[in-house]
Amino acid sequence: MPSNGSVSDAPITQFINCRILRDHKLQREDLWVREGRILDPEKLFFDELGYADERIDCEGSIIAPGFIDVQINGGYGIDFSRVSEDVNGGVSFVAKKILEHGVTSFCPTLVTSPTAIYHKVLPQVKVHNGGQHGAGVLGFHLEGPFISAAKKGAHPEQYLRTFSSGGVQDLMEVYGSLDNVAMVTLAPELANSQSVVRELSQRGITVSLGHSVANLSQAEEAVQHGASFITHLFNAMLPFHHRDPGIVGLLTSDQVPEGRTVYYGMIADGIHTNPAALRIAHRAHPSGLVLVTDAITAMGLPPGHHTLGQQVIEIQGLHAYVAGTKTLSGSIATMDMCVRHFKQASDLVLLDDALNVRATFISGEEVWRKEL
Amino acid sequence: MKLIILNDYDQASEWAAKYIRNKILLFRPGPSRYFTLGLPTGSTPLGCYKKLIEYYKNGEISFQYVKTFNMDEYVGLPRDHPESYHSFMWNNFFKHIDIKAENAHILDGNAADLQAECEAFEEKITAAGGIELFVGGIGPDGHIAFNEPGSSLVSRTRVKTLAKDTIMANARFFDGDLSKVPTMALTVGVGTVMDAKEVMILITGAHKAFALYKAIEEGVNHMWTVSAFQQHRQTVFVCDEDATLELRVKTVKYFKGMMHVHNKLVESLPQEPKKN
Repeated sequence: MPSNGSVSDAPITQFINCRILRDHKLQREDLWVREGRILDPEKLFFDELGYADERIDCEGSIIAPGFIDVQINGGYGIDFSRVSEDVNGGVSFVAKKILEHGVTSFCPTLVTSPTAIYHKVLPQVKVHNGGQHGAGVLGFHLEGPFISAAKKGAHPEQYLRTFSSGGVQDLMEVYGSLDNVAMVTLAPELANSQSVVRELSQRGITVSLGHSVANLSQAEEAVQHGASFITHLFNAMLPFHHRDPGIVGLLTSDQVPEGRTVYYGMIADGIHTNPAALRIAHRAHPSGLVLVTDAITAMGLPPGHHTLGQQVIEIQGLHAYVAGTKTLSGSIATMDMCVRHFKQASDLVLLDDALNVRATFISGEEVWRKEL
Repeated sequence: MKLIILNDYDQASEWAAKYIRNKILLFRPGPSRYFTLGLPTGSTPLGCYKKLIEYYKNGEISFQYVKTFNMDEYVGLPRDHPESYHSFMWNNFFKHIDIKAENAHILDGNAADLQAECEAFEEKITAAGGIELFVGGIGPDGHIAFNEPGSSLVSRTRVKTLAKDTIMANARFFDGDLSKVPTMALTVGVGTVMDAKEVMILITGAHKAFALYKAIEEGVNHMWTVSAFQQHRQTVFVCDEDATLELRVKTVKYFKGMMHVHNKLVESLPQEPKKN
């Protein structure tokens, strides 16, 4: 409350002894929060004559915005693509556990599945804010089934679909409802995809290109229709070729409409992408990079066999393969591991800390702290 | 006048900060007895502010019962512009200490009626019981605050148009673009500062040496407005060696010879048990 109440009576929290990432540098600055929003302390001082109700000592830690994972298939034994009696419970369980990795919001991801699964699972989980109970759910990420057979990766071939009924109709038939869907991954070279991309974009759903053999012009056309994301760059798409860069070429394409950015997810677990490739992508288009885990059921579990959607996966160390093959199937790296690995790979100028997560806050409220 | 000569900028900043600290502590400010402090901006006082912040963090001093009045502010610059004096004070001083926002007074360069704003500022100073210690700097042309050469030595808080030299000098803070530099400022007058019980002027660097010479070895003259303080009962000039380069050897030797006496003013005070 300590302010003249001209803007709000809500309590003000001040995080002291911390370093915050600002203007691409770590700076020693205090962070001020009220009602889940970051405050401008200068405005607070001169306009509201305000100061903090509560001070939290960060003991020199780095404060970073909570991590957002837009591609996570499950974890700790929970598989979002598998129907269970308590889909909501499964999502909530993972939501609570990933607080330990600093993730404060996420998109539960469903891999290519039979229509029945979408109809059953989608209505059960609603978009909601995070808090003490766990990370916030931003909406589902539907990875498939409208993807290329040639780049299916670990997705089951029998459930792949095309836009045979013209596009939007297929979409609604397969998914049932698009409420609570935040993102859809599709292959833009599929016939009739343009109308789908437009429809999804207009509804505010992020269209991501992936599991595709599209060439650069097909990818650019999709972007012009509204696509704005690339699913796990380099993986499940044609490799970069100097005469046709394919989807990878979007990073430096001059056909991206004015004011729009194409973002790209990267799994920085040290396995899915060689650090040199990671660096090339980052240097070509630093502002588009988004770290994702693409974590699967087995994340957080010991080595052995586990399920992902309709398939069986085998864990060997930090690798997850389709059982009996060497096809990578998602990752079991946690978000904070990816962040650390990315820092190593890219030699960003961050201060000494090993980027181990010490505590997680949602809306200024502590929701997880590492026990010492 | 006391002329305090230290070896370098850091020592001068430290001496000044200790002096301010001791003044506040000896005054014993409290809920019904505020210490009123006049404050400058610019590169000269930065070291002093850093030291004061250090003393606050060490627990040696609190600004809870201190009221501050800044000397000046640009006209027409948004308050949250990085070059506004509001931003300067917030970033370099206020955000690091325990001063209450309602006790930190800075002229509002965006007030609808600038004249009224200036008059109100004078009234706030009077209401606070006048200023105990006014800290200021000096320009290369001998000005104090924005009281440029030719300013009346009995002037009050008012709107001033900035001299071309000042605008040029300030361009470096506005990406070298002269069109972006404010052309007017609100400033306390020479008379306003003269009303303070005590005045401390910080002067460091060779480029200020000539101004210091004009201020203390020549007569009182409105072309070198800092010279007005020759007629103030309690003035302290704190400077480094470089700032004395234009003074007579005799002047420098005289005041250096007094340092052992003057240094008593900045000795650590005996610790008092804290009441609250």
